[in-house]
Amino acid sequence: MSSDHTSINAPLPRPAPTAPRDYSFPRFERHALANGLQLVVAQVTKLPLVTISAVVDAGAARERSGEAGVAALAAQLLLEGAAGLDGAALVDRFERIGTSVDAHAEWDTATVTLTALSQRLPEALTLVRDLLRAPVFPEREVSRLRNERLAEILQQRAEPGALADEQFARAVYVPTARYATPAGGTAASVRALTRDVVRAFYQEHYQPASTTIVFAGDISMSDATSLAERLFGDWRGGESPGAAEGIDSSPATSLVRVVAKADAPQSEVRIGHVGLPRRHPDYFDVTVMNAVLGGLFSSRINLNLREAHGYTYGAFSAFEWRRAAGPFMIHTAVKSDVTGAAVREILNEIEGMRTTEIGETELTLATSYLDGVFPIRYETTNAIAAALANLVIHDLPEDYYDRYRGRVRGVTTAGVLQAAQRHLHPEQLRIVVVGDPTVISEPLRDATRGQVEVVNADGAEVAA
Amino acid sequence: MQIPIETFTLPNGLFVTLSEDHTAPIVAVNLWYHVGSANERSGRTGFAHLFEHMLFQGSASVGANEHFELVQRAGGTLNGSTWLDRTNYFETVPSNQLELALWLEANRMGYLLPAMTQQKLDTQRDVVQNERRWSMDNQPYGTWWERLPALAFPSSHPFHHSLIGSMADLDAASLDDISQFFATYYTPDNAVLSIAGDFERDVAHQLIERHFASIPRGAGKPALPDMTLPPTLGRSLREVVPDDVVLSRLFLACRSPAFGSDEYYAASVCGAILGLRKGSRLHRVLVRDRQIAADAQAFTYDLTKGSDLLVLDVTARPQTTTDQLESAVHDMLDDVHQHGVTADEVSRAIALIETDLVISLQSAGDRADKLSLFATYFGDPSLVNVQADKYRAVTAERVNAFARARLGRDNRASLLYVPKEGSESMHETELAEAGAR
Repeated sequence: MSSDHTSINAPLPRPAPTAPRDYSFPRFERHALANGLQLVVAQVTKLPLVTISAVVDAGAARERSGEAGVAALAAQLLLEGAAGLDGAALVDRFERIGTSVDAHAEWDTATVTLTALSQRLPEALTLVRDLLRAPVFPEREVSRLRNERLAEILQQRAEPGALADEQFARAVYVPTARYATPAGGTAASVRALTRDVVRAFYQEHYQPASTTIVFAGDISMSDATSLAERLFGDWRGGESPGAAEGIDSSPATSLVRVVAKADAPQSEVRIGHVGLPRRHPDYFDVTVMNAVLGGLFSSRINLNLREAHGYTYGAFSAFEWRRAAGPFMIHTAVKSDVTGAAVREILNEIEGMRTTEIGETELTLATSYLDGVFPIRYETTNAIAAALANLVIHDLPEDYYDRYRGRVRGVTTAGVLQAAQRHLHPEQLRIVVVGDPTVISEPLRDATRGQVEVVNADGAEVAA
Repeated sequence: MQIPIETFTLPNGLFVTLSEDHTAPIVAVNLWYHVGSANERSGRTGFAHLFEHMLFQGSASVGANEHFELVQRAGGTLNGSTWLDRTNYFETVPSNQLELALWLEANRMGYLLPAMTQQKLDTQRDVVQNERRWSMDNQPYGTWWERLPALAFPSSHPFHHSLIGSMADLDAASLDDISQFFATYYTPDNAVLSIAGDFERDVAHQLIERHFASIPRGAGKPALPDMTLPPTLGRSLREVVPDDVVLSRLFLACRSPAFGSDEYYAASVCGAILGLRKGSRLHRVLVRDRQIAADAQAFTYDLTKGSDLLVLDVTARPQTTTDQLESAVHDMLDDVHQHGVTADEVSRAIALIETDLVISLQSAGDRADKLSLFATYFGDPSLVNVQADKYRAVTAERVNAFARARLGRDNRASLLYVPKEGSESMHETELAEAGAR
């Protein structure tokens, strides 16, 4: 350091970046078996690991009415007995080779996934073959997992955040819409699920032509293909069922609902409405718009509620992307006595996005973040496999990830304003707050200038 | 799995560890300060964590809110966290932004105080009090974070008190406390800097020298009180907490060998046999076979001083009585204590742990954090490369020696959450259904 009259302790000026190095999303190849089963393989050799994900078109959106929760139950039950092994023995086989298999269903698909040391992959995939192709669905395990789901539903009701999420979905979609009830089903629907219902769902939806197996990690295309041919080539199935039905339309009115939790020290706040399907042409404009509104730590909503007012530990917004229109939701937890003020600030921020074009500095914060963070998102085999599964689930173009960063950088301030005006709907906002009605009802009425309903955890109206 | 590691120390005492990996243009910067809630003075519980929040409020050359903004604008991710005995700060950025991350860390290590104001402190106090409400007070079972260490460590012990702090102590924190804490603990000789990912060694050396070398060494920190504890609690302890929950849940802690000791690895494998994943004893017996638990797991805190804790965490099914829950867990511990585990169980546990160790080396941020961990606690980041060997060397005999010494009834602290009377979440008919076998 120089020792002239500036103090030797003077801080250095902020440095400029050096030239960026190129990055490409991992190369991947596809292959289809004769029975229609698809393979997607990305060879990534950094570490001796492979993630495999078998993605089956068997999500909750496929369920028949009255059978909510069967997709989740069927997926979990795959692990509870197959090819002569009971559930305990199957778990043991996986864990002995150092891997844990997960099977679960979401809205659009069911996924069986694991990450293993590459030398263990053939054994692991052989077990996955057994449980995908020959699950037993033992009566005892159907009953056990059904009861575990019922216990989970009880648990979630005692958890203010989970209760708020559930009640928000119920407030946003019309009651007949599948999205109005949790993907895992309600207590009533789960109680009605029998082994026969589960088996029928499996037989209809678990078909080779409805299945894609994604490999990401230390494996070549040819090894993955020959392994898959050997294990799945003779899997015969029926026709793949057609596309799932869309969702019912949503109520086009606003609503303010308090879910009563006496003496709650905080209010769990959810505000939003029906959003957009994943393949909407405005996807990139909406993603950047949301980043500015509430997607980033440095977003308007978080800086306002957390850093300017200290109302909360965090406040964020998100569009949940599903094949059909998932919810747009702002979520936060605020100290009870500032609930009305916090909601008013959120409503102002939504309005602000729609009335005034954002500045260039705000735009580039969002776009340079989404552009720059792209390689950081795909450091693990698990993240790469999930990204490839996403291509399959939403039928995105093959060059989607190669074009992603350019698309983000192409978003303009005018595009963001248009996205806000088209896709944020103040007149349709559904506001759901889990909290103490004696403290928050009045301030919420003032903040929203609307009626405030008070309900209990079951959603039944109670006296305010 | 071996990762390359280089270390050096600046004249001001900053310990640096570097690990190159050029597979992607990503670099992680990770800084550990060897201070946590254990260092707090009485009447200031929660201060180490509140202080962590203040480190994101700007410094001499960085405006309020600018720290997050600069890193995000650079395309990076960032955060910080506070633990009983350390506080860490980390960024993962595109590799051409390495110097920005180093500059930000150096600016707040060297020049934090000019940016501190009463208003920023008041706002972050509100934020932290909301964090407490969100993570503990308005969360079923949330208080276990402060109740379990309080039960398992004597009141004079630095691990006894609450990490997030009491509302009253948070209220009492002042700007003077900030200055003092900063001068005492946020010094280069009390820190470890790790960089992992895509960087050139010579450039990294220059940048570290440029940004950190002029920051003066500290005057030393007060020694922690003697943290040594007897290997067991000497009796069984039990606390019952009525809470706004629907299912009872038992947290059971045993004192166990400090993280990093040879016996630790046997304890860790024993914990995995008891409660790592669905093939573990607790899950297999309580969740699958007997169906009296909705969920079950075990883990260690990984504390390096005095005593670690091995914790069993079992949530009851709706119709399981608390007696059933407690006696089932005690019986299972008795069984391991008296009869030990099998070589088969040991090999299942080690296979899972080995894969997890490789998985944990995938991201630059995780690598850098592990390097900082081993450097901070043991002065030797290359320990990251021998963890798998240490686990592979664990035998059933060693696990059983641990179980005989530490899993007896004289070393169990039970924290039992039960639904409080008149809890509005209780619905008798549904409880009956969910409890049905």
